[in-house]
Amino acid sequence: MISFDRVSKRYDEGHDALREISIEIAQDELVFLTGHSGAGKSTLLRLIMLMDRPSRGQVVVNGQNLAGVRPRNIAQHRRNIGVVFQNHQLLFDRTVFDNVALPLIIAGYDTREVGRRVRAALDKVGLLNRERAMPIALSGGEQQRVGIARAVVGKPKILLADEPTGNLDPTLSAEIMNLFEAFNQVGVTVLIASHDLVLISRLRHRIITLSQGCLVSGRAQ
Amino acid sequence: MIGRQETVRRKEGASLSRTDLRGHAKAWIQHHRLSAADSLMRVLDSPGSSVLTWLVIGIALALPVGLNVALDNVSQVSAGWDSPTQISLFLQGEVSPDRLRELEGEMDARQDVSKTRVISRDEALDEFRMLSGFADVLASLPKNPLPDLILVTPDVALDGPAVSALREELQGNSDVAEAVLDMEWLQRLNSLMALSRRLVLAIGCMLVVGVMLILGNTIRLAIEGRRDEIVIVKLVGGSNGFVRRPFLYTGLWYGVGGGVLAALLVSAALWSLEKPISDLAMLYESAFQLSGLGVMGSLNLVILGGLLGLAGAWLAVSRHLARIQPR
Repeated sequence: MISFDRVSKRYDEGHDALREISIEIAQDELVFLTGHSGAGKSTLLRLIMLMDRPSRGQVVVNGQNLAGVRPRNIAQHRRNIGVVFQNHQLLFDRTVFDNVALPLIIAGYDTREVGRRVRAALDKVGLLNRERAMPIALSGGEQQRVGIARAVVGKPKILLADEPTGNLDPTLSAEIMNLFEAFNQVGVTVLIASHDLVLISRLRHRIITLSQGCLVSGRAQ
Repeated sequence: MIGRQETVRRKEGASLSRTDLRGHAKAWIQHHRLSAADSLMRVLDSPGSSVLTWLVIGIALALPVGLNVALDNVSQVSAGWDSPTQISLFLQGEVSPDRLRELEGEMDARQDVSKTRVISRDEALDEFRMLSGFADVLASLPKNPLPDLILVTPDVALDGPAVSALREELQGNSDVAEAVLDMEWLQRLNSLMALSRRLVLAIGCMLVVGVMLILGNTIRLAIEGRRDEIVIVKLVGGSNGFVRRPFLYTGLWYGVGGGVLAALLVSAALWSLEKPISDLAMLYESAFQLSGLGVMGSLNLVILGGLLGLAGAWLAVSRHLARIQPR
């Protein structure tokens, strides 16, 4: 589903964020990506999202070589990937419902379908009764769950998460991880960047470890 | 386009499997409606700054349009003076009343003259005495200083050069001291009007560019104010068109509002001038009536405002939106 073939990323200032990375992630897999900050976790996710282009090597997502995606088609590419961010990236002047509905509005669903799907997504993350609330009125854990609902509402085949439990206490973190496992069980490919080793080693999934841009372990299952 | 539908279709499974071009167009129209409404709400949400923007645009549009309406009125007035050109024949000092009648007959007999009117020196003196209020001064003069006058109206079929040729010919008559074509001032007025139109056009062009820049700047600020939102929308797959739409509508609303205000300003100015001008026209025994923008003119002004708003927004959006990328 996601494949990196000898991918390197060097930023303009000469810093090597990734060096010769080769990874295969199969569909229906849940994979953790770990390493110290600056190891290249975020860069790897950014390449999948086409927020950056690799300096060398090629990235293939869902059968599509990303080198062939032109700038005007990047938006379309991102619609097929759900993303969860550490800082939630919610719109604070919109209700929970409107935040979750955003990807559907962008994709052009009609109003009734939007309502149905948003409620289904909010139900999955246990926030159905908060759809009228503003994000600012929610706790950190709830905000993160709104972010997850938004990531999955379009039923993407791939779900990426960048430090989704970064600001949460262990109990909430475990709950969030359980949510990701639940999505994985219905066939979504999940890739989670996290440095919470204690938490992720308890869950039995492949762990890819990066260090200073190099792959240390977890190349294949 | 096709690719997008394909993916939507695959993603949707049964529920939206008939997402064809029509469904696509429906979604597109729906987002337009949403963006338009949302932008309008945002504009109305901050009435203070919106009214200021509208005023700036309204005044900038009202100025050249108002001047243009004024010029239209002036040319309407002068059009009434245009047709019966007159040649005034001032006769030599002492012409006998018989000779005067004879001359009048001569003029009347000409093919290229449609009408003549004689104002004898005595009549002229009477009229002058009555109108000028210099009765005492005139009475003290030893003799009437005014010449006899024949007003000759050339045939309407004659054009400018032909009328000038007629004047030359009449000037050649030995009894005529001076033949004056009463049209030169009209020509001067007309060229002055043409010049004014050019000036108004130049001012208008500058103000139009000004309006676009003002709107562009307003939209730029709106874009900066919603930078975070733009980043998020782009992250979850919003295309440039999707992000651009609400800002284009914001520009449209500012422009339309400015156009409406400009039409109101021009109408208000005309309304306040109507009474004094009809009083003045009455004094000149004229039935002149001030003509305003009219419904079509006002509508055009609003449309122009809207187009300028869109153009200004497009300017800002194309410059600033592409630069905002998720980092």
